[in-house]
Amino acid sequence: MTEKRKFPISHVISYLLSVGLTILAVFFALGTNLSKETIMTIIGSFAVIQAGMQLFMFMNMIEGRDGWMKVTHTIYAIAMAVIFVIGSYYVLTAGHPIM
Amino acid sequence: MVDIKWDRILVTGEPLITMAMILIILTVLGVVVALTYFKKWKWLWKEWLTTVDHKRIGIMYIILGLVMFVRGGIDALMMRAQTAVPENTFLSAQHYAEVFTTHGTIMILFMAMPVLIGFMNIIMPLQIGARDVAFPHMNAISFWLTTAGALLFNISFIVGGSPDAGWTMYFPLAGKEFSPGVGNTYYFVAVQIAGFGTLMSAINFTVTIMKMRTKGMTLFKMPMFTWTTLISSLIMIIAFPVFTIALLAATLDRVYGAHFFTLSGGGLDMLWNNLFWMWAHPEVYIVILPAFGMISEVVAAFSKKRLFGYHSMVWAIIIISVLSMIVWVHHFYTMGVGPVVNSIFSITTLLIAVPTGIKMFNWLFTMRKGRIQFTVPMLWALAFIPTFLIGGVTGVMLGMAAADFHYHNTMFLIAHFHYTLVGGVVYAVFAAFTYWWPKVFGFKLGEKLGKWHFWLFNIGFNVTFFPMFFAGLDGAIRRAYTYSADAPYAPLMFISFIGTLFIAAGMIAFVMNVIWSIKNREKLACGHDPWDARTLEWATASPVPEYNFAILPEVNEIDAYWYAKKRNESFALKKEDIKPIHLPNNSGQPFIMGVIMFFVGLFFVFELHVPAFIASGAFFFMMLLRSFTSYDEGRYVNPEEVAKKETSWREVS
Repeated sequence: MTEKRKFPISHVISYLLSVGLTILAVFFALGTNLSKETIMTIIGSFAVIQAGMQLFMFMNMIEGRDGWMKVTHTIYAIAMAVIFVIGSYYVLTAGHPIM
Repeated sequence: MVDIKWDRILVTGEPLITMAMILIILTVLGVVVALTYFKKWKWLWKEWLTTVDHKRIGIMYIILGLVMFVRGGIDALMMRAQTAVPENTFLSAQHYAEVFTTHGTIMILFMAMPVLIGFMNIIMPLQIGARDVAFPHMNAISFWLTTAGALLFNISFIVGGSPDAGWTMYFPLAGKEFSPGVGNTYYFVAVQIAGFGTLMSAINFTVTIMKMRTKGMTLFKMPMFTWTTLISSLIMIIAFPVFTIALLAATLDRVYGAHFFTLSGGGLDMLWNNLFWMWAHPEVYIVILPAFGMISEVVAAFSKKRLFGYHSMVWAIIIISVLSMIVWVHHFYTMGVGPVVNSIFSITTLLIAVPTGIKMFNWLFTMRKGRIQFTVPMLWALAFIPTFLIGGVTGVMLGMAAADFHYHNTMFLIAHFHYTLVGGVVYAVFAAFTYWWPKVFGFKLGEKLGKWHFWLFNIGFNVTFFPMFFAGLDGAIRRAYTYSADAPYAPLMFISFIGTLFIAAGMIAFVMNVIWSIKNREKLACGHDPWDARTLEWATASPVPEYNFAILPEVNEIDAYWYAKKRNESFALKKEDIKPIHLPNNSGQPFIMGVIMFFVGLFFVFELHVPAFIASGAFFFMMLLRSFTSYDEGRYVNPEEVAKKETSWREVS
């Protein structure tokens, strides 16, 4: 590798944020009196944020010569999963339900 | 679950099938005797069955595709003969159902796909200046899995009975509840196996294009056929896994009594439609995009002009690939899911006409003020444009959800998709076949018989399918094995049958042309660049040496080879510049894996669970073996040998 080894500041930030998000999730789950649905929505969105953070800041997603390629095909894969899953659900239940 | 009648496993009592059986046995015997007599077994094994060379694998893919084209074509002839006159008794209802099912499946999955993947294999690495595809060994596995799937599918009509629920295999008809025989299991298993091969090819091509382009070949300097190969491969990577899962679920339904798509036990039959078309709509774009690429190459080469609107062409195929993912419901508007869903999918469907229209105009503008040469490949490309246009325009008609309720399931639809798939893919394949034949074999195909082939096929195609639009509007439904004498469309059906005879005559001219040209190959021999073409595949000897390029070319513009010729650049080669060229070794493993997979499939079809698991184990063992033996030194072609081969087309000093 010809790149200079810099202090992995983004890794440290993302580590701290991950820990913070996890503690927050525990707090929302155990420390509040919100309804189950609300809790699920909140900690679900935390999970998505954390997954995104880990992909980009931990797992060398945008590093390297072909970083853009990894980003592109991850976005592409997520988009397709959304189309296939949400699309199927929509098509088979909208209008009058078949199920 | 087992209700297989083992004593009646061979299909008997149908004279046509008995005849086919005898023919197959005679052909196999003939091939075996010929191979033994000419002592060619070793040659076959060493040069072809174990090859990992992308060009040879490509040739085998195309041969497989053409053989399947004949099989599917005979199915088509039988269907047209049956429906030529009202209340015909040439085929029974059951036999007719089997014939249209195998016709559709074979033409899409075992004809169009192998032929196109074959061309991608041969041409794409040459166009980007690579020595092979990224994973040559995996390439061979892809081919043998596809072949195993094709063979398994083709033996169905003599062993156990053919699939008979249409190539779409709609549930609940395709399930055990309504089709208890093994026929439909053949479809799910065989197509699955071929699908593995296709998916691996797609990954292979994507990596090749992403990683192995020669120096200076940026993405936006790639030839159009390579672009379409890339986009097609990306669609395959997305769409095929959906189908893999759907096929697996269907196989579990049929072989192990699961309830994914059944009527009983909480299954949802329409889920199959949904998953099937999520794959099958992108699939038709997978086969049409490389065809667009071929037409682009041919039109540019024979107009002696740079492809008009290169960037808009690229963006058009990218947009088509995205849209292809969000239109699947237009295949089942009549499911009755409601006007909102139908409207949304109607809009996305109609949108596809925009990028496709851009491509049509680009081809026309490429020809404008060009010096057009009316060679056989160019004739096919010229005929492609109006034919595909008719297919596209009727596609827009079908895309309107409200109107589709009228066209749905009629011969109008059949005419539409044959205008796109034959007028699009098959015409492009014939153009590509005559265009790239000299590259692969070093001599041209005969012009005269080539033109006979073109005119007979083209006239026959239009006579067959144009009347179907009107037959459909008059109420002829698809997949009906007969109709009453009062039907207003009876004369149209007869005209359609006459057309198929012309197509058959065209195909005979094609086969005769290939045989005649091989016989007269000395007379037809040509240089490395017989068409004065534009892209890199012509910048090496014909037939292409196993190492492709003595020295990998460098490019800095689109159609670099053409401009190099225009600038009178020297292609002479200095001996000291040639370095030893590294090539992978041949391997017998892919072939063995194909054979094992054939038996895995066969055992699953006949629900022989223990042998099926043993054979699957053998397949996994082969994968394990490959993992431990994949360290392969390869071999080197030494510079003297390269220099000797290169003298066939350029000076070597």
